[in-house]
Amino acid sequence: MDTFVTAFAEAGALLVSFDLGFLSIVGLSMRISLTAVVLACLIGFPLGAIVALTHFPGRGAVTLLLNTFMGLPPVVVGLIVFLLLSRAGPLGVLGLLFTPAAMIIAQTILVTPIIAALTRQITSDLWIEYGEHLRSLNASPLGTVVTLIADARYSLATVVLAGFGRAIAEVGAVMIVGGNIDHATRVMTTAIALETSKGNLSTALGLGIVLMALALAANAAVQLINSRAQRRAALA
Amino acid sequence: MVKRLLRTVLIPAVSVALFLQAAEVKSDRPLMLGTTTSVENSGLLYPLLVAFRADTGIEVRTVVRGTGAILQLGRSGDFDAVLVHHPSAENTFLTSGNGLARHPVMTSRFLIVGPTADPAQVRSASDAATALARIATGSFDFISRGDESGTNAAERALWARAGIYPWSTRDGWYHENGSGMGATLNMASVLSAYSFTESGSWTNFANRGDLAILFSRGPYLANPYAIIPINPARHPHVSARSAARLVDWLTGPAGQAFIANFQVNGTPPFAPAGKTHRERN
Amino acid sequence: MSSTVSILPLRVQHLAFEANGTQLLDDVGFTLEAGRRTVLLGPNGAGKSLLLRLCHGLLRPTSGKIQWSAGAQRATRQQAMVFQRPVMLRRSTISNITHALAVRGVAREKRKARAESALEIAGLAELARRPARLLSGGEQQRLALARAWATEPDILFLDEPCASLDPAATHYVEALIEGFHADGTKIFMATHDLMQARRIGDEILFLHKGRLLESGDATAFFVQPKTKEGRAFIAGELLW
Repeated sequence: MDTFVTAFAEAGALLVSFDLGFLSIVGLSMRISLTAVVLACLIGFPLGAIVALTHFPGRGAVTLLLNTFMGLPPVVVGLIVFLLLSRAGPLGVLGLLFTPAAMIIAQTILVTPIIAALTRQITSDLWIEYGEHLRSLNASPLGTVVTLIADARYSLATVVLAGFGRAIAEVGAVMIVGGNIDHATRVMTTAIALETSKGNLSTALGLGIVLMALALAANAAVQLINSRAQRRAALA
Repeated sequence: MVKRLLRTVLIPAVSVALFLQAAEVKSDRPLMLGTTTSVENSGLLYPLLVAFRADTGIEVRTVVRGTGAILQLGRSGDFDAVLVHHPSAENTFLTSGNGLARHPVMTSRFLIVGPTADPAQVRSASDAATALARIATGSFDFISRGDESGTNAAERALWARAGIYPWSTRDGWYHENGSGMGATLNMASVLSAYSFTESGSWTNFANRGDLAILFSRGPYLANPYAIIPINPARHPHVSARSAARLVDWLTGPAGQAFIANFQVNGTPPFAPAGKTHRERN
Repeated sequence: MSSTVSILPLRVQHLAFEANGTQLLDDVGFTLEAGRRTVLLGPNGAGKSLLLRLCHGLLRPTSGKIQWSAGAQRATRQQAMVFQRPVMLRRSTISNITHALAVRGVAREKRKARAESALEIAGLAELARRPARLLSGGEQQRLALARAWATEPDILFLDEPCASLDPAATHYVEALIEGFHADGTKIFMATHDLMQARRIGDEILFLHKGRLLESGDATAFFVQPKTKEGRAFIAGELLW
């Protein structure tokens, strides 16, 4: 029980103190996960829509793969990216291992299937409704995808959030490819792991509380946007 | 349609991504040092490298893993130098041409820790191997790192010296945690079990609970750390010059004095190499 | 309505459609000329919606020919369709129209004015900023018509546009259809409602069980149907 009380005190102290080291860890976490989610959306939205709207051989297999990869274990992704980026690996010459870029790559791989699979589901539901109208207008494939993604924006905001939640909370991949380097690749989750390993359980839990508060804030923001939009417009 | 997509989605998204990336300015590449959890957990590493940077202007980034993993990464060329504590593995590393030379930096002590009550009577053992044998005889819970780290290797060497191989006989009292020193000590603390650690990690470990140092005497528990610069002939991209300066600084007066003066809770976890390895220098 | 030559007449020959081994349309042939309002009449399940979708290009026939007088590209651009249950995008009323214009490649600066005049005609100008999905059923169908009107088609396909509307809304929609006709757009409407067919139709295509049984002048069909199915339908005895 003591640990919990101390942990909340530590979390409060971390927030109030504006400790620069702590803020840079939070900042790096946000920067890496947000970049990964943006990249994952740029790939996942069109990919999900294409799988939903087109017929090609192996479409069922692709859907199955996407749905399966939604649950990719972060450590496995981390390990694969690590092997690719290591100096001994095929992409070693880039010198990206143990940099934020490597962490962004790993998290992008982790999040893209989530975005793509959920986008596929949402756009294929919307296509059932919009399909005849868009085909009647003779919309181009690109125009169709843009319309569906634009009109599914509120559902997709939740998808983005799911991806962000996954990215910001995972430790396995960033630990392996980032290396948890102080002031360079240390993010909230790897800092929590480190403090735990030092036996500083209340500091670790304090960081955990801050992490959860960030996730809560992000969720609340999207929920607010969604409910306002729905109340105003019944658009969704 | 497409223009609208560009204007409302793509351009903001890409600019956000670029903005977020822009903060990562490509300057001179920092020196990459692979080292072990014991050094990191002691809290020595960060102030030591700050002092090094103040003297030389070279930024060092450290990646912390077990010795086995660090040497493997060194072999791949992912570091410019490694700071580890497993002499026999280091020799293999050197003889296969991965590193330039082995430079002793400091030593710490391996420790046998366990519940204060010490039911196995480890405290009164004549040497470290006997101490472990008593734990085995009484089948008292023992938590091993089991992760091929330097500490794990030293622990196994000590068991072997006692003629006991609990990891291969799979005795019920011997638990391989497989996840680092901190997790191992946390587990030992919760279970009031015995464990094998090292002074660097121990002095800074905050969650001791009922655990105490029970045995730390004798020659078998010396823990020498050495730095090995990676061989630039094998990996041309390494910063050999920066690595050489780090080696010179650590083994020179500035680094050695820093290590000697470093204390955690009034205890110095490391002794400079000059003290214990004087005969070699 | 289009300044260039119309894509009509449309020639349909030996059209057949089969799905899962069932012959849903069999050897249907007719010609649609510009100008006159054609009503596709028949009981539920006759294949009316299917025939409209085939003509509009939403489905591909199993066999037979659908020939426009213009090239395929221009032909697809110069037609529009309004469905029984209007498809409303999750956007404002006016955006539903500007979206359609954007898809059709209308220049950005022309879209707003054209959408506004379409809303004006459909009596929806005051609802322009409302989300389309909050409109009533009648308003939604009027928006669907306004949207079609804005794209300036040579021919408008209507698939039972009033089937789920009350009499007042039906009246309003029929008035709009009349407006299209007055502007020179060819009307091709499917309905099972005899009264509506009488009000709107200049010529009748009578479809029953996937076969085109009668085609020709509306008055002639209603006064003296040539087939016993046609007589039964007019007498209200042929339900399907």
